[in-house]
Amino acid sequence: MDFTPIIDGFGIVLQPTNLLYCLVGVLIGMLIGVLPGLGPAATIAILLPITYGIEPVSAIIMLAGIFYGAQYGGTITSVLLRLPGEASSVVTVFDGFAMAKQGRAGAALGIAAIGSFIGGTVSIIGLSVLAPVVAGYALDFGPPEYAALGLLGVLLVSTVGNGGKLKAIIAASIGLLIATVGRDTFTGAERFTFANLNLADGIDFVPIAMGLFGLGEILYNLEENHKKVHAPAKVTKVWPSRKDLSDSKGAIARGSGIGFGLGVLPGGGAVLSSLVAYAVEKRRAKQPERFGRGAIEGVAAPETANNAAATSSFIPLLTLGIPANATMALMFGALLIQGVQPGPQLVDSHPDIFWGVINSMYIGNILLLIMSIPMVGIFVRILRVRPAILAPITALITMLGVYTVNNSVFDIYLVIVFGVVGYLMKKFGFDPGPMVLAFVLGTLIESSARQSLLIFGGDPTGFVSRPISGTILAAILAVVLFPLVRKVIRARRGEPADVRTPEEAAVSQAPAETPDRETTEAK
Amino acid sequence: MSTTSEPARQQAAEVDILEELKAELAHDLEEERPPHAGPLAQVAAGLVTLALGVAGMVLALGYGLGSLTEPGPGLWPFAVAVAVTALSIAQIVFGREAQDTEQFTRSSALTGLGVLSLIGLAALLPVIGFEVPSLVLMVIWLRFLGGESWRLTAVISVVTVAAFYALFVLALSIPLPRLI
Repeated sequence: MDFTPIIDGFGIVLQPTNLLYCLVGVLIGMLIGVLPGLGPAATIAILLPITYGIEPVSAIIMLAGIFYGAQYGGTITSVLLRLPGEASSVVTVFDGFAMAKQGRAGAALGIAAIGSFIGGTVSIIGLSVLAPVVAGYALDFGPPEYAALGLLGVLLVSTVGNGGKLKAIIAASIGLLIATVGRDTFTGAERFTFANLNLADGIDFVPIAMGLFGLGEILYNLEENHKKVHAPAKVTKVWPSRKDLSDSKGAIARGSGIGFGLGVLPGGGAVLSSLVAYAVEKRRAKQPERFGRGAIEGVAAPETANNAAATSSFIPLLTLGIPANATMALMFGALLIQGVQPGPQLVDSHPDIFWGVINSMYIGNILLLIMSIPMVGIFVRILRVRPAILAPITALITMLGVYTVNNSVFDIYLVIVFGVVGYLMKKFGFDPGPMVLAFVLGTLIESSARQSLLIFGGDPTGFVSRPISGTILAAILAVVLFPLVRKVIRARRGEPADVRTPEEAAVSQAPAETPDRETTEAK
Repeated sequence: MSTTSEPARQQAAEVDILEELKAELAHDLEEERPPHAGPLAQVAAGLVTLALGVAGMVLALGYGLGSLTEPGPGLWPFAVAVAVTALSIAQIVFGREAQDTEQFTRSSALTGLGVLSLIGLAALLPVIGFEVPSLVLMVIWLRFLGGESWRLTAVISVVTVAAFYALFVLALSIPLPRLI
């Protein structure tokens, strides 16, 4: 392995401007993590316009910092207010808030910060080792592989994770459809443009992302603006005791592994890995009943895992050019804005971006550790800022920001339209994430599929007979069939109906995946 | 994730803990949002996406499907639109009992007002510049949507717009339409 580019990468990170953007990124990430409401995806979407003005490396370093910084910040509200700042810190609420009630908020925050740091760092090392290998392997991929991989990515992101799977796939398909708006690159024919000149070149990624993620979330949160702000629990002594540390050692180690592994998988990511890490600790525990009553492993495991996953989810993006989750879809878009095509050639064609971004994460994690332990008091104070005050400021940033990209009022209207669509999707149980991801991958999937057909001379069986694309297609089938097979196996083992979780019982009545909320009611 | 060959029972146990967790979580967060909107909303959502799918199919047919050897511009959009249509029908038929929707409540009117103020901003921006519309937007959102006091509203609105002016116009010299 040639280490020169890695060391050059450190040189890039240590340039003062890049250090500054790294600091700005993790600071924003930490802040929006602490402030309930805007998630990292929304924030990155809203800030896309400013990336036009800065160097690609700096831009991606900053956006990445927002993403993993939010994983640190999200913990604080989970522990102190019982309000998860981020979806990936939701599970921390159980034991984190219980610890806070027992006056151990400091220990919870401390162990979360340490776990996050270790998980993050382990994951960066894994990323550095694994990414070039994967990229080297993927260099052989042709259009059929990319078409299949893109489809698999969209499908996994839609089906793994929470919420209605059918609706997620519908949203993703509509995202694919939106991606076809504009001039067809193969024939030059215009599609879905309705003779509108503004649509002839297709719909830009920026107004879609800013609308669906940014404005959609702001509008959705407007409904609960009046919610009272709770007084946060007191934080004392943000350093866990020696016993706390030894209690959570195993949880942090396993959390790092789980997070790294699930983060790599498309659709895995921070949210799922935090849930799985918590579940694993609870299952391994000698006294599982401690969980939910202030078990420190219940904080350490998910917080370690979400950070490790946030980091490792960069692997598919940087090596295959396939975003593993909605936030990575935004990174993908940001790279394209900068004229950089993410994919296996990235490590060779843009080593500065590849290694610069990866290595910036070491620095970012150290900065975050400092912010989360000695400086945590400052962020706790920020909890007193009411969402009602932030909403108009972020809305204004969105409106004026999108205008500056093309100096176009049409883009402002587009953002408003997609903002309303995003709001309505949330109201009607559709996750906007798969739609944005599918939109980003749509062009790649279509053009690869059509190139493949040209290669195969119009014979679609070519997709199956090539070993790699065939394997990926088999994986697609597995993803589709797995839930059905699981159901059949359980039925054959003759498990009585009442052993099944209410969710599955509901599923057998209605094949459409039922949402989480139903399970509680059934309970 | 995938069909791993782990002992099925062990895996099932893990999955069950996960499901329990999710249920607990959903319960915890439930109080925060309005109740679900019922089967009618589910069907309506399906009908909207169905309409999109059918419209997509019709338009894509018009663009020309071509053949597999020479795909026309409409082939891929047609395939995707077929998927949208089929999935929407599945949603209408099977998705009725799902409870992942939310009722519109009185506070949804706030969102409506918010959207109107954004449209106003977009309409006025090219005519009278960004300063006044931005100020008005801030006041509407803070005072009427957020219920903040007049004093706080005034201070935050003026400071925010001034900060935008300093950032966009003075620091970055971005050609934003403006009064001054």
